[in-house]
Amino acid sequence: MAGKAGTADHHDHPTGLKRFLFSTNHKDIGSLYLIFSIMGGIVGGLLSIGMRAELQEPGMQIFADPHMFNTFTTAHGLIMVFFMIMPSLFGGFGNWIVPLQIGAPDMAFPRLNNISFWLLPPAFTLLVISLFVPGEPGTNGVGGGWTIYAPLSTSGTPGPAMDFAILSLHIAGASSILSAINFITTIFNMRAPGMTIHKMPLFVWSILVTAFLLLLALPVLAGAITMLLTDRNFGTTFFDAAGGGDPVLFQHLFWFFGHPEVYIIILPAFGLISHVIATFSNKPVFGYLGMAYAMAAIGAIGFVVWAHHMYTAGISLNTQAYFVAATMVIAVPTGVKIFSWIATMWGGSIQFRTPMLWAFGFIFLFTLGGVTGVVLANAGVDRSLHDTYYVVAHFHYVLSLGATFGLFAGWYYWFPKITGYMYSEFIGKLHFWVTFIGVNLVFFPQHFLGLAGMPRRYADYPDAFAGWNYISSMGSYLSGFGVLIFLFGVFLAFSRKEKAGDNPWGAGATTLEWTLSSPPPFHQYEQLPRIK
Amino acid sequence: MKNGFLGAGRVAALAGAASFLAATPVLAELGQPRPWQLGFQEAVTPIMHQITTFHDFLLILITVITLFVLALLVYVALKFNSRANPKPSRTTHNTTLEVLWTVVPIVILLVIAVPSFRLLFAQYDFPKADLTLKAIGNQWYWTYEYPDQDNLTFDAVLVEEADLKPGQPRLLTTDNEVVVPVNKNVHVLVTATDVLHNWTVPAFGVKVDAVPGRILRTWFRAEKTGTFYGQCSELCGTRHAFMPIKVRVVSDEEFASWLDEAKKKFASAPAPVKRAELQKGNVPARLAVLDR
Repeated sequence: MAGKAGTADHHDHPTGLKRFLFSTNHKDIGSLYLIFSIMGGIVGGLLSIGMRAELQEPGMQIFADPHMFNTFTTAHGLIMVFFMIMPSLFGGFGNWIVPLQIGAPDMAFPRLNNISFWLLPPAFTLLVISLFVPGEPGTNGVGGGWTIYAPLSTSGTPGPAMDFAILSLHIAGASSILSAINFITTIFNMRAPGMTIHKMPLFVWSILVTAFLLLLALPVLAGAITMLLTDRNFGTTFFDAAGGGDPVLFQHLFWFFGHPEVYIIILPAFGLISHVIATFSNKPVFGYLGMAYAMAAIGAIGFVVWAHHMYTAGISLNTQAYFVAATMVIAVPTGVKIFSWIATMWGGSIQFRTPMLWAFGFIFLFTLGGVTGVVLANAGVDRSLHDTYYVVAHFHYVLSLGATFGLFAGWYYWFPKITGYMYSEFIGKLHFWVTFIGVNLVFFPQHFLGLAGMPRRYADYPDAFAGWNYISSMGSYLSGFGVLIFLFGVFLAFSRKEKAGDNPWGAGATTLEWTLSSPPPFHQYEQLPRIK
Repeated sequence: MKNGFLGAGRVAALAGAASFLAATPVLAELGQPRPWQLGFQEAVTPIMHQITTFHDFLLILITVITLFVLALLVYVALKFNSRANPKPSRTTHNTTLEVLWTVVPIVILLVIAVPSFRLLFAQYDFPKADLTLKAIGNQWYWTYEYPDQDNLTFDAVLVEEADLKPGQPRLLTTDNEVVVPVNKNVHVLVTATDVLHNWTVPAFGVKVDAVPGRILRTWFRAEKTGTFYGQCSELCGTRHAFMPIKVRVVSDEEFASWLDEAKKKFASAPAPVKRAELQKGNVPARLAVLDR
């Protein structure tokens, strides 16, 4: 095939350090994101196992002082959110799959894409450094939780650890904002001829909505943490009552970002689950338009519910009443999606391959986490549940069991396409079952702990809470073992090198990436496909 | 407290819980958590009764919904796997279904909203106060003031494990305790001197942040005498888990005699060293009481 001026055939692409440090290829950048996420996930996971080891029994056995436990809590949250789930779902699968699915040769801004990724390792490094520099008086590291409320994060943490964390968040936020700009431009402008917005795959829809959420929410976080920075270092008193400010202002600003953030996390998982279910049911997605606009509705409503995190913070009765109503509304489009996924499977011809197991698990467990969210939405009962382990159980069900099951569904679904190799079905299924049992053991008992009154972010607890804590800790070790099985499976697939072929999934896989080779060529769609 | 989640993997946990429940004494201790507890602590205020009832209603609802989804998934797995159904249908629409699964959830939410708002508004329907209590959060203990009682003031600090007397629960016992009369409306004004804290007593159904620069208020009416514990519920630094709340509810006579003793015990003593160390600056005089 003759190379035209400006196009590269397979002899022309860069190699080695140049290929990955100065990449302008969405597939390579997607792979960088995925590898980075695995590393983030291992660090974040080790932190959580450390915490569960301490909480296995009453008393302080492992941590020299409770502050160190609080730094683990903080780092675990920040790492899992910013350096595991977002880079894997949005950065990893987003970058790899969106151009393939819309018939585009690459992203709109290939070089911007590169810096989006390479901002993340420095951001992660800054967070790790923060653990080893002074924080609260007499301690190292940030112990304010991922929510870093003032005044604990201002006057309460005089040391530079908080400033390192603020800088880390600024850089990670910038990475995501640039990435969002790239996706919006790409999806609006570079769909192949014939692919109207209402014909594009649901995963692309999910990334588009997520990108808008990032673009609008992250600047508010940037503002909030800059105000922390100036309160800490430049004499402002935004969050200091003695200077005319108010700690509750930080909570409003943080959660105005924080609530859309959780939809930023879950929406790409929603998108890819639709593909997994359709493929392995050998049936088109039920109610495509409803699914697409449900995601848009969830994204939009997600911006007006933030203060359900603040029912006990001092907001007025009428304000609480509004947020109760608005929060409950989100259950409607979410329910539409759950039932549409089931309707997709209904009448299908289902193959229970590994990605489908994860998708089944996702639907059930996300529903379970979602209904406890409906409980918490009611301020009257949240009065008792706020800041207890019931909240911890709720968000881990939708995150560790929702988003993460979605992540693994996507991993096993697209691994053959990305690497060209088939994973071991036995290891994949073993990974699923060990993880399913493990994470349910960790988090289901935590509902009981919360109802009984155990507060969150506690390094030690009254003896009556020992029983369920022990079970929860046992579950964490099993889940950790599940991660080892996952890593072994990755290693095994790369050792066996069993070729996957263009489309290992059959007729049910109808999106464009399955028409390409596995892996796709360095540059695909040099001739744009035409969509009917 | 019964729990209705009966999915795979939870049966084992439930069986374990059931056998432990059978083994615990019938009269569980009021005011503190019990081993292997499944639900809320026993309610001793009208508001907590209402919270518990509303949660029981929600729990039944969400259990039914979750089991319904599980049942659909099991049915789909059995009826539409590739061996049972080799030829898939191409159905992608069903207007009736789509309307139903939009409208029915809306109806369910409306059904939830009625008792929900009733509960919320009841929590903010402050009856006339018989007694006012101020709870002030510090790192890492609570200061209590009785403004009606010559501003009787004292600190309540965690009692370390080595100093506990038999029967005193670890991490919940404080050296001094809040004492209030039974069947009286107590208004609690909550604030903090340094960082955010949160004052709560699960058996009362009250929980309110302690915010420096604000005074937030809640109220309760305890229907039973006894000792009731809570724990700080907003991350406040190293010893966040070590600044509990202890409230003893007593008869009117006992309250009167406790007051006499307390006024003598805590009167005009120089401020404890801890408080002086934690002077972090003045709290502005223009504190507003925030309610609806």
